[in-house]
Amino acid sequence: MAQLEIHNLTRSFDGVLAVDDVSFDVRDGETVSVIGPNGAGKTTLFNLVTGVDAPTQGRIDFDGRSLLKLAPQEYAGVGIARTFQHGRVFGNLSVMDNVLIGAYARSQAPSRGPLVELVRALVQGKAVREEERALRREAEEILALFGERLLPRREQQAFGLSYANRRRVEMARALMARPRLLLLDEPTAGMNPTETREILEFIRGLRQRGMTILLIEHKLSLVMELSDRVVVMDNGRKISEGAPHVVRNDPKVIEAYLGTKTHERERTARSAPAERGSGGDGI
Amino acid sequence: MDPTLRTFIDQTINGLAIGNVYALTAVGLALIFGVANLINFAHGSVYMIGAYVGWVCVTWLGWPLPASFAAVAVVCGALGVALERFGLQGLHRKARIAPLLATIGISFALDQATQLLFTANPQSFPNPLPAERIALGGVSIGAIDVLIAVVGVSTAGILFGFLRFTQLGWALRATAQDRDAAQQMGVDVEGVNRATFGIAGVLGGLAGALVGLYFATVYPTMSFQAGIKGFAANLLGGLGNVPGSIVGGVVLGLVESYGVAAFGATYRNLFAFAILIGVLVVRPAGLFSRRRTLPPEPMTGTFVPNSRPVRVPRAVVIGGIAVALCFPVLVSDPYLLQILTNAWLLAMVALSLTLVTGTAGQSSLGQAGFMAIGAYASALLSLRAGLPFEIALIAGSLIAAVLGTLLVLPAFRLRAHYVAIATLGIGEMVNQVIANWDGLTNGVLGLTNIPPPSLFGIEMVTPRATYWYSLALLLLAALLQLRLLRSHLGRTWRAIREDDVAAQSAGVGLNRYKALAFAVSAGMAGMAGAFSGHMYSYINHETFASSTSILALTMAILGGMGNMVGAVVGAVLLTALPEVFRGLVDYRYLVYGVVLLLLVRFRPQGLLGTV
Repeated sequence: MAQLEIHNLTRSFDGVLAVDDVSFDVRDGETVSVIGPNGAGKTTLFNLVTGVDAPTQGRIDFDGRSLLKLAPQEYAGVGIARTFQHGRVFGNLSVMDNVLIGAYARSQAPSRGPLVELVRALVQGKAVREEERALRREAEEILALFGERLLPRREQQAFGLSYANRRRVEMARALMARPRLLLLDEPTAGMNPTETREILEFIRGLRQRGMTILLIEHKLSLVMELSDRVVVMDNGRKISEGAPHVVRNDPKVIEAYLGTKTHERERTARSAPAERGSGGDGI
Repeated sequence: MDPTLRTFIDQTINGLAIGNVYALTAVGLALIFGVANLINFAHGSVYMIGAYVGWVCVTWLGWPLPASFAAVAVVCGALGVALERFGLQGLHRKARIAPLLATIGISFALDQATQLLFTANPQSFPNPLPAERIALGGVSIGAIDVLIAVVGVSTAGILFGFLRFTQLGWALRATAQDRDAAQQMGVDVEGVNRATFGIAGVLGGLAGALVGLYFATVYPTMSFQAGIKGFAANLLGGLGNVPGSIVGGVVLGLVESYGVAAFGATYRNLFAFAILIGVLVVRPAGLFSRRRTLPPEPMTGTFVPNSRPVRVPRAVVIGGIAVALCFPVLVSDPYLLQILTNAWLLAMVALSLTLVTGTAGQSSLGQAGFMAIGAYASALLSLRAGLPFEIALIAGSLIAAVLGTLLVLPAFRLRAHYVAIATLGIGEMVNQVIANWDGLTNGVLGLTNIPPPSLFGIEMVTPRATYWYSLALLLLAALLQLRLLRSHLGRTWRAIREDDVAAQSAGVGLNRYKALAFAVSAGMAGMAGAFSGHMYSYINHETFASSTSILALTMAILGGMGNMVGAVVGAVLLTALPEVFRGLVDYRYLVYGVVLLLLVRFRPQGLLGTV
C-alpha cells in the first residue's frame, strides 16, 4: 500500500496555478525525488505536503488518512518529519537539545494535560529522569550517524556551528522523531561538493535501512543516484515520472529543464553565427 | 430640531474633531512603520512635546496661534529628525526588537525630561480663539473645531501632494516598498528615514498642540494615551497605510465620542484598547486589507541575540543570597531595607517577564496588568472574605495566572511585536476595568486598609520582616523557575522562542506552551503585585501602571533575557542606582530610559548574556 498519496493537488495564488493538478505517491521504503526548474512549484508542493499551506483543491493522504485536516504540529505525531530549505535549527539551544526536541511528538507530552506536564517538570520524579536519560542515549546514537561531525559538539550552541553542520543537526532532529516518512527540502543547498557527497552517503544509508523519503533537490546528480523514482515538475504541472534513467531521457523533461539553456544558446548563436550548430535536443 | 438628534450631531462633531487629531497622530506612525518598519513608541512623547511647545508659545510668549503652530512644527520636526539620528540610526541591523526598545527608552527620557522642566501637574492652556460658536441650523460649531478641521484637511492635502509629486515623496514611497531595492537605485534611505521621522514629528506635534487647545490643558502623561490611540487608529486602518490611518483615526474618534456619551467619561480610554485588541485578534492586517496574508517568516531571535551567557559560579550565587539574607542584621536603616524590599518584589516581576519573554519568546509588556489582578484579588479576598494573608496571596497569584492567561489567549496567534502591543493593551485594559468596575474594585477610589502581610497570624510590618518575607518569596519563585527551566518544559519553551515553525514541525503545539508560560509568569507577577498591595495597604487603578511593565522589561534586558540571575541583578541595579546617587531619584525614569537606550545599542544581550 502506498504510504503518501497525492491526488490532483492544486494550489492557486490569485489565479496563478503554482501547483496544477499534481498526483503521485510515495510507497513504503521508497525514495522519491521531486525536481524541476526554478518556479516549477516544488516549494509550494512541499509546503502543501507539510501542512504549512493549504491546497485549493485535491487530497493528500498518508496511510489512507487525509493529512489536510491536521494542524502543522500534528504531522510529527502521525510519523512525518521534515527539514527546511534554508535549515532551521534552534540557534541558542545546544546540539543535544535541538535533537531532543525531535523526540517531542513520540513522547507522552502531547497526550498529557498541560498541568500534568507542569507538575512533572516541577517534581522531576524518577520516571521523568529515566525517560530523559533514555532519550539522551538515543540522541547520541543518532548524532553518531554523522561520524565525528556533531558528537564532539553536542553541548555547543547551534548558532556557532558551520552551515553544513546546522543542516546535519536539522536532519538529526528529524530522525529523532523516528519518522515513517522523511521530507527533505534541498538538503544539500549551499554545500560544497565534499559535503554534498557526505549527505548523499548519509541519505543512501537511511534508504538502505528502509526509510521512506520524499526529496526535493536541485542537484540532478544527487537525485539520479538516490531516487527510486523521480517526479518532474514544470510550471506547476507534473510533466514526467519514473525511474531516474527513464526521466533523464524524457524529451519533455529535457525541454523543460534545459529548454532555457537551449534558447540561450540560440541567442548567443545568433549573435555569433560561426558557432551555430546544435539543435533542440543537444544537451 | 429634535434634541436627541442635536446631541447626536454634537457628538458627531466632537468625534470628528478628536478623530482628526488621532488621524494626524496615526499618519505619522503609519509613515514610520512603512519606511522604517518600526512601531514608534516615542511618537506619543513627540505629540506631548508639541502640546507643550504650543502652550509655551501661546501662554508664556504670547505668540499668535499661526506663529505658535509654526514653532510646534519646527521643534517637533527637528525632534523627530534628532530621534532618528541619535536614537535609532544603525539599529535596524541589530535584533528586530532593538529599535522598538530604543523608542521606549526615548519616550521614557522625553516624558521625564518634560516633567522635570514643567512639573507633572497639568497646565491650563487657555484657548485664544474667539469664544462664539457658529450656528448651523440648530447645531453650533466652535472655532476650535473649525481650526482642527482646517489643520487636519490641509496637512492631509499637503502630505498627499508631497508623497505624490515631490522627489523626496517618491523616494519615501520607494523605500517603504523595498528598502534594499530603493537603495540600489540610488535613494539615500538613511536620509529618507530621517525625513520620515521629521514629517511624523511635525504631524504628531501639531496633533498634540491641537489636543492641548481642545481640552485646554497639557500634562506630561498625555503622551502614553496619545501613542496608544494613534497606534490603535493606525492598526484599524492597516499598519503603514496612510489613508487607512486617517479613516482609522476618525472612526476611533467617533467611537469614543459616542461611547463616552453612552457610558460616561471614565470609559473614554477603554475604547481605544478594546479596538486595539479586537483588531489585533480579528483582523491584524486592518480593515482595508483584502485578505489575510500568509504568516511571515518567524522573527527568530527577536529578543534574543545569539550569545554565550556568562557563567556565574554557584558559589557566587549562594554567597549573594547569603549576603542578602544577612543584610538586615548588619544594616538597620529602614529606608534602605524598604528600597531593597521593592527590589525583591520587582525582581520577581523581572523573573516572571524573563520567563515568558526571554525563555518562551513571547514579548510581554503586560506584566503590570497581571500584578494588578493579583493585588486586587488578594486584597479583596482578605478584605471582603476575611481570608488570612498567606491564603489570599496564593489565591491572588492563582487568579492572576488563570485570568491573565485567559486574557492573553486571543493574542496567541500573534507574533513578535504584535504580542508586545497586545499585552501592553491588555495590561492597560485591566487597569481601565478596575477603574470602572465600582461594585467590585471601588473604582478610582481604590482599596484602602488592606491588611499587612502576615505569617501564621503574626503580622509582618517592620521593614526587616517585610524584607525577609519578600526575599523568601523571591527565592521560592526563583527555585520553581529554575526547576522548570532545567526540565523538558524549559527546553520546549526555548525551542518555541528560537523558531516556532520548526518547533511545530517537531510536533510541539504552540498554544499549550504559550499558555503555560503566561500562566507561570502571570502567577509570579500576580504574587509580587499581591504582596505589594498588602505592604502598601492601599492600591488603585494607577498603582500598577504600564511603566512598571516597561521597567520590568528594562531590568530583564539589563540582566540578559532568559537569564534568572541577570533578572535579579537587573532589578537590584535599577532600583538601587537612583537611590545610591541620591540626586538621581527625581530623574529615575530618565535613568531607566537612558539605560535602555544604551543597552540596546551597546550590549543587547545584557550584562550576563541571554540564556
